[in-house]
Amino acid sequence: MADTDMHDVQDGIPADLDRRLVLATQAGLPLHARPYHWLAMELGVSPELVMDRIRAMLDDGRIRRIGVLPNHYRLGYVANGMSVWDIPDDIVGEVGEQVGALKSVTHCYRRPRHLPDWPYNLFAMVHGRDRAQVLEEVASIAALLGDRARAHDVLFSTRILKKTGLRIGG
Amino acid sequence: MDELDRRIINQLQGGFPVSERPYRDAARRLGTSESELITRIRCMLDDGLLTRFGPLFHAERMGGALSLCALRVPPQRFEEVAEKVNSFPEVAHNYQREHDMNMWFVLATETPEQLDATLRQIEECTGLTVHNFPKQAEYFVGLNLQV
Repeated sequence: MADTDMHDVQDGIPADLDRRLVLATQAGLPLHARPYHWLAMELGVSPELVMDRIRAMLDDGRIRRIGVLPNHYRLGYVANGMSVWDIPDDIVGEVGEQVGALKSVTHCYRRPRHLPDWPYNLFAMVHGRDRAQVLEEVASIAALLGDRARAHDVLFSTRILKKTGLRIGG
Repeated sequence: MDELDRRIINQLQGGFPVSERPYRDAARRLGTSESELITRIRCMLDDGLLTRFGPLFHAERMGGALSLCALRVPPQRFEEVAEKVNSFPEVAHNYQREHDMNMWFVLATETPEQLDATLRQIEECTGLTVHNFPKQAEYFVGLNLQV
């Protein structure tokens, strides 16, 4: 480890290794038979260490999952509606779990209301092949929630103004 | 897109192995070969059917900050404001939506402090109030895009 002059080393792990791993993989995993060995070479550490750190990040949730990220638009899911719901605070947790579990919902979050204009505290992104399908899905969510939802709306996107994905610097 | 491409999209949205030959291990489960799987993923990336292949990071758990923000933009100013908002590298995506709040964007920064600072800069630069909708809870969604 004498050559890692710019890195602090603790328990044999260079202090900024996790960050460098993120930088090295945020554009994607190498498409080589031994991708973790490839990364290890790039970062100047052992393949075992790379795999250990990735497993550790999976375990503590810093990595949500490893796999393919499909492009909704190219796969025919061209309509996307942000459905928003006004749910009483004391039941929003259980309602959120229920809505998130629906097949048509790709993201489901609790967010703050902005009263008086914005009473909605549950946001569920609904994808569909067209607007009618999204509206159908939203109607079925409304039916499922019944009077637990005091109001709802759906905001269709009409244009993508920017889409770069998340990147950290470095 | 054939049956194997569909299986890859449906079954490989998570759970890619962390092992010496992960493509070989994943290919076995998908009923194909290591080299075929690598080729298919590369082709689907090139064709734009896949946005990405690799680890999907949890921004907040990495120490970063993320928020959904909205603006009420007067229609006659829409293009000008879109250009200003998009010029911030912290804006990861930005959508026009059919609503009185007609511009919705996601801010992503390396620290929570930077998020607040960027929010204020966008307000100064556009002269509009930014409505901030930070995530208060996240509900589990399955890997549900099936083709």
